[in-house]
Amino acid sequence: GKLGLGRTALPEEIAAWDGDISPDGTGLPVGSGDAMDGEEIFADQCAACHGDFAEGIDNWPKLAGGADTLDHEDPLKTVGSYWPHLSTAYDYIKRSMPYGNAGTLSDDEVYAIVAYILYSNDLIDDDFVLSNETFFDVEMPNADGFIIDDRAETEYAQWSGEPCMENCKEGEVKVTMRAMVLDVTPEEEGASEAIEEAAEVMEVTAAAEEPAAEEVAVVTEAAFDPDLAKAGEKVFRKCKSCHQIGEGAKNRSGPILTGIVDGPAGAVDGFKYSKPMKAAAEGGLIWTEDELAAFLAKPKGYMKGTKMSFAGLKKEDDQKAVIEYLKSVGN
Amino acid sequence: ATPDPLITEVQPWAQSFGDGVDATPYGLPTAHEGDVIRRNVEWLTADTVSSINFTPIHALDGTITPQGCAFERHHSGAIDLKKEDYRLMINGLVDNPLVFSYADLERFPRQNHVYFCECAANTGMEWAGAQLNGAQFTHGMIHNMEYTGVPLRTLLEEAGLDTAGDLKDKWVFVEGADASSNGRSIPMAKALDDCLIAFKANGEALRKEHGYPVRLVVPGWEGNMWVKWIRRIEVMDGPVESREETSKYTDTLEDGTSRKWTWEMDAKSVVTSPSPQSPITHGKGPLVVSGLAWSGRGAITRVDVSKDGGMTWETARLAKPGEKMALTRFYLDTEWDGSEMMLQSRAMDETGYVQPTKAQLREVRGLNSIYHNNCIQTWLVRANGEAENVEVS
Repeated sequence: GKLGLGRTALPEEIAAWDGDISPDGTGLPVGSGDAMDGEEIFADQCAACHGDFAEGIDNWPKLAGGADTLDHEDPLKTVGSYWPHLSTAYDYIKRSMPYGNAGTLSDDEVYAIVAYILYSNDLIDDDFVLSNETFFDVEMPNADGFIIDDRAETEYAQWSGEPCMENCKEGEVKVTMRAMVLDVTPEEEGASEAIEEAAEVMEVTAAAEEPAAEEVAVVTEAAFDPDLAKAGEKVFRKCKSCHQIGEGAKNRSGPILTGIVDGPAGAVDGFKYSKPMKAAAEGGLIWTEDELAAFLAKPKGYMKGTKMSFAGLKKEDDQKAVIEYLKSVGN
Repeated sequence: ATPDPLITEVQPWAQSFGDGVDATPYGLPTAHEGDVIRRNVEWLTADTVSSINFTPIHALDGTITPQGCAFERHHSGAIDLKKEDYRLMINGLVDNPLVFSYADLERFPRQNHVYFCECAANTGMEWAGAQLNGAQFTHGMIHNMEYTGVPLRTLLEEAGLDTAGDLKDKWVFVEGADASSNGRSIPMAKALDDCLIAFKANGEALRKEHGYPVRLVVPGWEGNMWVKWIRRIEVMDGPVESREETSKYTDTLEDGTSRKWTWEMDAKSVVTSPSPQSPITHGKGPLVVSGLAWSGRGAITRVDVSKDGGMTWETARLAKPGEKMALTRFYLDTEWDGSEMMLQSRAMDETGYVQPTKAQLREVRGLNSIYHNNCIQTWLVRANGEAENVEVS
């Protein structure tokens, strides 16, 4: 029997959370966009990871290409070559993208981005307007490429029963492949470090009970504007999928940004900079606030060939804010 | 022989005090076991917030995985969500769409079950050849915990399923509260069978990285469906065919067609010790070969071990009778003569299914499936006790 727990979900609440789109189009909002609109939005919101042409950067997913590769060694699975339903692209982009800033795209923006991805896969022409009405005019090349799990028929019967216990192989058993040959196993340098860290954690935990003997002096620069830095922290979300900053930061697809303001260009250890960035570093480029602002406004305009595929912060306020934030964490 | 000073001389720990009871109000593993940790394989993914790490199964025993070293898999990072801010919505084809608070969930009758959770990609890097040198890396996308939670059936019935009509062709779509939302579609039969809305694991609250405060448990089925931070369950006419069930978690066969809805994890086992990260250090003589076996289709009934690469097999001892959809520990208590071994284990489950060799799997599926690699694993153990991940003829 029912316990009468919980409360009725309000229509507004259901509307806020129930955004899934089914393959038959159920849930698709009214709206539209084309590849030309999409190109610009994609450059701003998606290209940092997926590349300007949806070709993917580093280990980030490639969204275009791979046609007819599914039966090859290492097939390239993209929206064009693999995805059976276009609804999946809309559903996923609307709910889960952009990475690190999910759920912020308008319905029309999502239509435009999906159109751009389709265009990048040569599946629509540049003048095709994707909308809730034209959605099913698009043919997905691999729509018929899936079968429902058939392991019960193709595997279970032949791999069941009393297994062999003696003389199960013909001839001598030989090693045919060794992991050492590829040697891609991470080194366990963590082992001894981890022991030390664990010991430190214990000490810290023990020490935490004692009153802090000395407060660490907080040094603030005279010109620093905390409100602006706070605004910059929001802007920095756009950077976060590639850049880390502050304590424990690591290089990702972009270098660590700790100490970047007024620091030398191309100087982060272990990051592979582009050739032009290396050249600029050798030339003594310093990331003063002005230089950084110019770079951030249009990275590729400022430095042709930079690995930073971010389209840029067009608003001067955003540039200033994010630089203030970089100062607050890093310098 | 020389007397052992550890025995003949008074040691500091035998003379003075150790830690007081408040030294670690929430305990940590001893520093001497500091290498028993989750590890990440950096080259696998672009970013740690959408990535996976691995349970140190080579260093654990028994069957229960401590939460602190149970593998993590996130699609948008492990979020910080308070119980007070937690909401669970049930909507779609139900009589009365409902919202539950965390406190509501704790008022439903609850159950305890031990289940393994295995990522469909576990052993996925080994399709094309022996690649990663360690059981942690080849088989560590698995953990096994005792869950406390409310059957999903109870919550669905609370919302009422009359509106849904014939339940045979109905589905539930589940999604998380994190930025990835990781939506998955589950057939109603499974939802009503054994799925749990869980809030405790191994007796304590779920860890943040495992979906605190509430996650879905889908026994025997691939880990991606165990949606963490679960916030919504929608009763639907059909599957959503979301990204995680079309572009990912589908298994491409040699001819380019792909299997979808491959939810069950087939019977599988691995020798956890000796293994590359857990070599034999004691020389010849008595040796405990130990490992884990599991099946998403029921209980493990038997595990065989081979020392000669699959030519001859002996049946191992199960530490306890196998339980449905839970890890089973096996031991082969043996005598090592100091010669090279090609160690393998082979699991059988209650359906009569026998864990296949890599060659058998490749024959049906080719090399591009990525997921559901449940092949027999070989460790080459050398005369010096060191072990290596290999493939054999």
